[in-house]
Amino acid sequence: MRLTPEEVEHVALLGRLKLTEDERARFTTQLNSILEYFEQLQQIDTTDVPPMSHAVEITNVFREDEPQASLSPEEALQNAPDQARDCFQVPRVIE
Amino acid sequence: MSAPLHDLTAHELSDLLRRKELSARALVAAMYARIAEVDCDLHSYLLFTRDEAEQQAAEVDERRARGSDLPPLAGIPLALKDIFCTQGIETTCGSKILAGFVPPYDAHVVERCRANGLVLLGKTNMDEFAMGSSTENSSRGPSRNPWDLEKVPGGSSGGSAAAVAASEAIVALGTDTGGSIRQPASLCGIVGMKPTYGRISRYGVIAYASSLDQVGPLVKEVRDCALMLNVLCGHDARDATSLDSPTPDYTQSLTTDLKGLRVGLVREFMEYQGVGVDAEVGGAVRAAVDKLQELGAECEEVSLPNLNYSIPVYYIIAPAEASSNLARYDGVQYGHRTATADDIIEMYTKTRDEGFGAEVKRRIMLGTYALSAGYYDAYYIKAGQVRTLIRRDFDRAFARCDLLVGPVSPTVAFGLGEKTDDPVSMYLSDVCTIPVNLAGLPGMSIPCGFSSDGLPIGLHLVGKTLGEETILRAAYAYEQSTDWHRRQAHPIQEVDGRRRAVSRAL
Repeated sequence: MRLTPEEVEHVALLGRLKLTEDERARFTTQLNSILEYFEQLQQIDTTDVPPMSHAVEITNVFREDEPQASLSPEEALQNAPDQARDCFQVPRVIE
Repeated sequence: MSAPLHDLTAHELSDLLRRKELSARALVAAMYARIAEVDCDLHSYLLFTRDEAEQQAAEVDERRARGSDLPPLAGIPLALKDIFCTQGIETTCGSKILAGFVPPYDAHVVERCRANGLVLLGKTNMDEFAMGSSTENSSRGPSRNPWDLEKVPGGSSGGSAAAVAASEAIVALGTDTGGSIRQPASLCGIVGMKPTYGRISRYGVIAYASSLDQVGPLVKEVRDCALMLNVLCGHDARDATSLDSPTPDYTQSLTTDLKGLRVGLVREFMEYQGVGVDAEVGGAVRAAVDKLQELGAECEEVSLPNLNYSIPVYYIIAPAEASSNLARYDGVQYGHRTATADDIIEMYTKTRDEGFGAEVKRRIMLGTYALSAGYYDAYYIKAGQVRTLIRRDFDRAFARCDLLVGPVSPTVAFGLGEKTDDPVSMYLSDVCTIPVNLAGLPGMSIPCGFSSDGLPIGLHLVGKTLGEETILRAAYAYEQSTDWHRRQAHPIQEVDGRRRAVSRAL
């Protein structure tokens, strides 16, 4: 067993997920079986092999630093669950 | 013309429209009549855009009446996977968390389709956030396979594939992160293509795994695929990974002579870790290789041993990228927010708990774990290194071959509910398609036979980087010398005067 139910709970918090008792038990079993399946990668010799992060080797695509049109505040806020004074509104963060 | 309008291809309809033997408005009416007939059983669509479609069609007709020279696909009915942002039209990505989300802008490919006069019929069903191989992970319920309504259409672009296969759309767009265009195209018996990574802009496409996601067409015939690539491909500065290389006219590749083409049948596509694909699938693929040889190609078997690790590599990399991409769904800027929360952390966690389905949560958990302190090197870096080895295997094979082939899916369409409780068995249905995404290569599924149950089998054609033209050439030559693509799914049949949905299991 690689992952304990407590670790699953911790990973859920990192991923900002709230799990029910039932989900925690199910994910513990399922994630462990998936991680066990991943073990086979450890047999492969990857000494001096660089990791590939992207299919196309492109680095730093720049454009001129010129102002461009963007969404208006109304458009940017049109899907907001809650808003006030042209801003997204969330529960109080600072006491 | 004996065939009903909805059963025609884009290039046939394009000819009729151009010759003014058909109006775009009449075509839209015919498509919605077909949809009314079959979509209650298939559930290919999540949303229809009938008013807008009629308006777009009327504009095309007017411009043609005025004598304007219109693009080839002007007036052709299109379905869009619900992963593409459409200005003013709800876009949910198959998720409860985006219910009611109305994008303020169009995806780049949607702009291109509009500029080319394609007529949007509606948005199609998909696995939530493109995570799945059957559409069973859609928050709105699964779509069904037009060849057998008890079977899945494949996924994640299953709604788009079912819509085209059942003639509810003439062309459709999907996305392919690990096989999500090719696998449903194979299971539904149509043509589906994922071009080279970067060939088509991802701007406005809701992200799943950004280093793998790619847009592509689902169509009835190879010529339609070439016409759609002409619409979709090209540089877009708003996607930093968009390739800035010239775009050919893809219809120029549609020739029928394969003399000198070097084709490799990939052993690891035929069997993964020693387990072979279904006998009927393997047989149909070998017969297709013989056909390619008859057409002039030189065929040999090739081995790419590191493809045997594709599944674990993909299921580390894709969830890692997804866990980051999906952090934005937190109830702040758009989509669902929980009704009550005492503080902001609770608002995030409750919103995401209510909004995401089980598979999405599973992949967020997996990705978060793989990226977390202490495990990053063992999982994420290791997977990236093996990804390099997979890419090198392809490079070596392409030193000998112009094109690689094999099956698209190890089985024909499986039953609804058959794999939903076993994530790893569902993951294995993408075993032949995943390595192509990891290497960023172009790939296509094209019909190459049917099982004894009458379910379609797809041939997988994989090209070099920017090798779309070679794929089209081989696919077109193969298609023109076979008639698999002419078989039509008839999801609804009249039996003894009564309407009956097709199920071969019953």
